[in-house]
Amino acid sequence: MIRLENLTKHYGPAHDPFVAVDNISLDLPTGEICVLLGPSGCGKTTTMKMINRLIQPTSGKVFIDGKDTSTVDPIELRRSIGYVIQQIGLFPNKTIEENICVVPDLLGWDRRKSRARAQELLELVGLQPDLFLKRYPKELSGGQQQRVGVLRALAADPPVMLMDEPFGAIDPINREVIQEEFLKMQQTIRKTIIFVSHDLDEAVKMADKIAIFRSGKLEQYAAPDDLLARPANSFIESFLGSDRALKRLRLISVRDAMETDFITVQSSDSIENALQRMRLLRSTAAFVLNADGIPQSLLSEQVADDRSGAVGDHAEPVKCAVPTTGDLRHAVSLMFAHDMPLLPCVDEGGRMAGVMSYRSIVHNLGNGEDA
Amino acid sequence: MSAPVALAPPQERRRAAIAPVLVLIVLAGVVVWLWSSGMAGEILAYSDDISYLAAQHLELVAWAGGLAILAAVPVGIVLSRPAFRSTSEAVMQVFNIGSTVPTLAILALSMTVLGIGTVPAVFGLWAATLLPIVRNTYAGLRAVPPHLVEAATGMGMTPRQVLWRVELPNALFVMFGGIRTALAICVGSAPLVFLIGAGGLGELIFTGIALNDLPMMMAGAIPTALIAVLVDFVFGQIQYYLVPRGINPLR
Repeated sequence: MIRLENLTKHYGPAHDPFVAVDNISLDLPTGEICVLLGPSGCGKTTTMKMINRLIQPTSGKVFIDGKDTSTVDPIELRRSIGYVIQQIGLFPNKTIEENICVVPDLLGWDRRKSRARAQELLELVGLQPDLFLKRYPKELSGGQQQRVGVLRALAADPPVMLMDEPFGAIDPINREVIQEEFLKMQQTIRKTIIFVSHDLDEAVKMADKIAIFRSGKLEQYAAPDDLLARPANSFIESFLGSDRALKRLRLISVRDAMETDFITVQSSDSIENALQRMRLLRSTAAFVLNADGIPQSLLSEQVADDRSGAVGDHAEPVKCAVPTTGDLRHAVSLMFAHDMPLLPCVDEGGRMAGVMSYRSIVHNLGNGEDA
Repeated sequence: MSAPVALAPPQERRRAAIAPVLVLIVLAGVVVWLWSSGMAGEILAYSDDISYLAAQHLELVAWAGGLAILAAVPVGIVLSRPAFRSTSEAVMQVFNIGSTVPTLAILALSMTVLGIGTVPAVFGLWAATLLPIVRNTYAGLRAVPPHLVEAATGMGMTPRQVLWRVELPNALFVMFGGIRTALAICVGSAPLVFLIGAGGLGELIFTGIALNDLPMMMAGAIPTALIAVLVDFVFGQIQYYLVPRGINPLR
């Protein structure tokens, strides 16, 4: 874990210093990602660089796994911390293999071991080793370079990583992909990560904890959902934007938000029968599933209201379904796109697992609010 | 995965290959003219002198050039270090002004202090050769993107490791540019050292001028030109193979 204790950085004369970082204290448990977030010049990067002592703190302490880092040689310290910068900083004179092996080589690893590690890491992000190991950085696309930049930081398997806007220089589409990839990787490697960003969406997506900075001060330190639901002051409220409730959509999974007591009917059932059951459960639609439990069509209350006959004659086909592994943002987007106020939620096999309605979304967003 | 970014465009590589071809065409023209005018025979009459003086010439260039590289590269490195940043621009200005002094004047000054012979000649050539190497070493190192140095430091390299593993390899191409320019100056100025009694191909050139003996003059001038081309070619090859492929615009 990482603990910052009254970390402070002054620049300029002692009697009238510019306070870049003002008395920051925070705890980050092992295996979590903490995003330092704030407008430029707020001290987030300075704070991060004081952790690997690229910048010497004026006062305060940094503890990594309980050890005071000021008692460690800075060179040794930096070799034990993964470091990724926005400009990627791959060494253009070295091959991809040499770049990945920089820290293992500094640590004096056996050559065979470090080269095998480079190969293993490339495979981890889907870059074929035999194709990429001997290439130079300029022969890679921006996204590939960025992946290698992250791999290089991981090479010596450091428990802690510092990432300074690591995905900032990538186009939005690739950024999403790399973020997803990184989060998936993080689930297995469980590094303790300090991540600097100025992009709120990125922070909400990546972070276990978000620390919001303003002019050197830590304004709020909280989990993303907490932060969006309960901003501590008006600065944070305006920083989060007027659509902060919508940003929370991403944080709630379909599995957690869906209603599992949906109504299923057979196509041969009578409309009256179906309508009766809907009213009983105060639901607005009933679903017809096939033998495998995959939703085929739905009968809405509106359609059923003044008709008679069999369900099969009036039910409309199901145009789309949201996977339970998705988030509410995905669900809402599908609802809007296909005009489906009631959206079936399906598991990995495509089987119906629940339904999502406007009502359940509003209910879930309201959960965290002070209301 | 998208396709890898292409290497240096082929036109550029072709353009780089044109220069030596042009030089060869011009040389062939000169040789044809010399043969047809019958001067070739007169020049070849000096072949013993040519081989002796050319060896002397090369020796002077090797000493002056070698010592200049040995001195100028470390100076350029020191000037580019953060501790010297504040003073380095001023020092570079001194070097720049120094380079405006004509080589002939440097040789004259060198002779005043050191007398005549090989030592003052080598010293004079050395002084004239120094500047482009210092300037390009300094400029090449300053041009290394700061984020590379930051990444290297952040990963736990010592300042010495940053210099040897990151800064110097990335500055190497520019440094070689300086070395090639400097050696061209050195080879080109070397005939002048005849004037302070150090021999070399200048002996044939200056004597030829004084006696208005065109073949004698050519016997000195043509080998001088050939040595200049040859030295540049050799160092061009060294540059081509020594600068890593990842940062070598020629490859």
